[in-house]
Amino acid sequence: MSESVEAKTFTPPQRSARIRRWFNRRGWADLTIATPYVWLTIFFLLPFMIVTAMSFASRTPTSPPFSFGVHDSFLNFENFARLFQDDLYRRAFLISIRNAALATLLCLLIGYPMALGLTRVSRSARNILLMLVILPFWTSFLLRVYAWMGLMGTNSWFNRLLTSIYNGLVPDDWAIRSIQMMHTNFAVVLVTVYSYLPFMILPLYANLEKLDLTLDEAAMDLGSRPYRVFLDVTLPLSIPGIIAGAMLVFIPACGELIIPGLVGNPSQPMIGRVISDEFASARDWPMASAVSVALLFLMVGPMMLYTHFEAKAQEKKAMEP
Amino acid sequence: MQAGVQAEPVRASAADPAPFIRIDGVSKYFGTFRAVENVSLTIRKGEIFALLGGSGCGKTTLLRMLAGFEEPTKGRVFIDGQDMTGVPAYDRPVNMMFQSYALFPHMTVEKNVGYGLKHERMTDAQRKDRVREMLDLVQLSQFAHRKPHQISGGQRQRVALARALARQPKLLLLDEPLAALDKKLREHTQFELMDIQHKTGTTFIVVTHDQEEAMILSDRMAVMDKGEVKQVGSPTEVYEYPTNRFVAGFIGSINFAEATVLSVSGDLAAVDVPALGGRVTARAVPGIAAGQALTLAVRPEKLTISRDRPDVPNAVRGVVSDVGYFGRDSLYKVRLPSGTVLSAHSANARRAAEAERVATWEDEVWLGFDPSAAILLTG
Repeated sequence: MSESVEAKTFTPPQRSARIRRWFNRRGWADLTIATPYVWLTIFFLLPFMIVTAMSFASRTPTSPPFSFGVHDSFLNFENFARLFQDDLYRRAFLISIRNAALATLLCLLIGYPMALGLTRVSRSARNILLMLVILPFWTSFLLRVYAWMGLMGTNSWFNRLLTSIYNGLVPDDWAIRSIQMMHTNFAVVLVTVYSYLPFMILPLYANLEKLDLTLDEAAMDLGSRPYRVFLDVTLPLSIPGIIAGAMLVFIPACGELIIPGLVGNPSQPMIGRVISDEFASARDWPMASAVSVALLFLMVGPMMLYTHFEAKAQEKKAMEP
Repeated sequence: MQAGVQAEPVRASAADPAPFIRIDGVSKYFGTFRAVENVSLTIRKGEIFALLGGSGCGKTTLLRMLAGFEEPTKGRVFIDGQDMTGVPAYDRPVNMMFQSYALFPHMTVEKNVGYGLKHERMTDAQRKDRVREMLDLVQLSQFAHRKPHQISGGQRQRVALARALARQPKLLLLDEPLAALDKKLREHTQFELMDIQHKTGTTFIVVTHDQEEAMILSDRMAVMDKGEVKQVGSPTEVYEYPTNRFVAGFIGSINFAEATVLSVSGDLAAVDVPALGGRVTARAVPGIAAGQALTLAVRPEKLTISRDRPDVPNAVRGVVSDVGYFGRDSLYKVRLPSGTVLSAHSANARRAAEAERVATWEDEVWLGFDPSAAILLTG
């Protein structure tokens, strides 16, 4: 008798039980999704907003070295105006883009055959070769740049070897004592290509590995020689991989600080160096922020292009049975 | 060979008796694995030839050797009198329709069909005409500008066919052409495929694991097992006159029983079959002698089932142990006194209620068969 009464009267569950039940129902899913968003908000969006705000401030001999509303208006657009007026920034941007674009192109030319080769070897050889592609990451990046500095120096065996090859090929009166490699854009591009090559190879490999080899056979069956098969089938189908690899190389190469700082030409600074100098040496935080914001927008363009292509590829895949 | 569609219909009966394709002692080994072992076949111009066998029997490897994707370890392949040894796939007068269709996903239907024509010496207008002609042939003209992922599976199959036929190959290879289609569509497409073959007169070699498909489609077929050809013949020959146990068992269902030859007299042979409880008369096959052990085989539909002893030379008594009703026919499993169970198919020609049927569970029945229905297998 007492049991049935108890069943009929509704007793509100404890507050903690309700929370626990909600948490079991959807809390885990929400938490999992929220974590990266919280991370990005705290460590990317918030700092970016601070930097953006700072780029509209004016430099003052205070601590921190900027204030708002020093001039007529609260916001100061002069920093952005200087980006276009001062040749230093324009040149730095151009040099950065040129070096990064050249490095990206070379990475593609070197990385594509390597990635394609990876897909065409036996599975056991493939694992070893993939290991070798990733292996440089196990050594400090800085150490590897220093190694290149040693190689490129005028007294290194590498430089002497190249010099003797050069001297052997040209008439005697053109002979040189050594090749100037250090502190040139050549050195920047060379070390950038070396450092970022895996970032080109891995997405390309992931893309090429998924390609159906029967398509190659079909093209060959329809009269295409191997090079035409490559141009007609493999290359067009690997465009998403090329774009992914190019973005992964180009974007960080553009803002690269360490490589041009160590092996680059100090009179031709890249944009990362300019930002660093403005912050640290010139203590012009607003100007440094403006350059950073400009760099970010310059990078967002290609990034959006990439996500656009990626979304299109996904859409296509979803439509396939 | 102008415009294939206008070519005279050529069927096997009217075909040139000289072999058009000759496979001469071809073997293919992958390491120690013998994928194809000493296969010799001749295929006539304009016929549909089926390579039938289970998975791993070597039929696809044989097809790939014809296409030029694999080189034979031993032996040679001749197409229209030309030795194909060392000729790469892109130089062979052969096209293939792949099991997965292998349509280029980044090209439209039209571009897919026209792809092989890029290498042909013809004007752009001729190319366009050919593509249109091919799309008409497979009734896909209105889908010319779609991408492969925007059309259905059956349409994709037809695009693959049109693409393979566009170059007017001397030989078309079809790798499991209907395997990816559902049952209804498959039946329809079978006849469509035969119709297109009829119109173009192209020689077809079809690889299939589906015996019905091979029977319906082909003029002749080769049954393969473990890399070897077990029998070559028309569907009727292979079904009604199998030469060995593998072929008899692979195509359709069949009852086997061990037998010993008692005597041979002219067309007929008397054999002792312990499983059937004694003497059976069967049509003799060449090269058998008294005392020889062989296998007796009878197709289930050749066995008659009745309550009373039938008036045929061979009759055995048994008890119905199982009945399967399929609608148009019924399968009876009859247990003989020896313990052997024979299957008998009986067409439900009359409309009858369950109780009126010839036999049901645990009924005593007679199974009879004519000597001509009994197959003697020595291999």
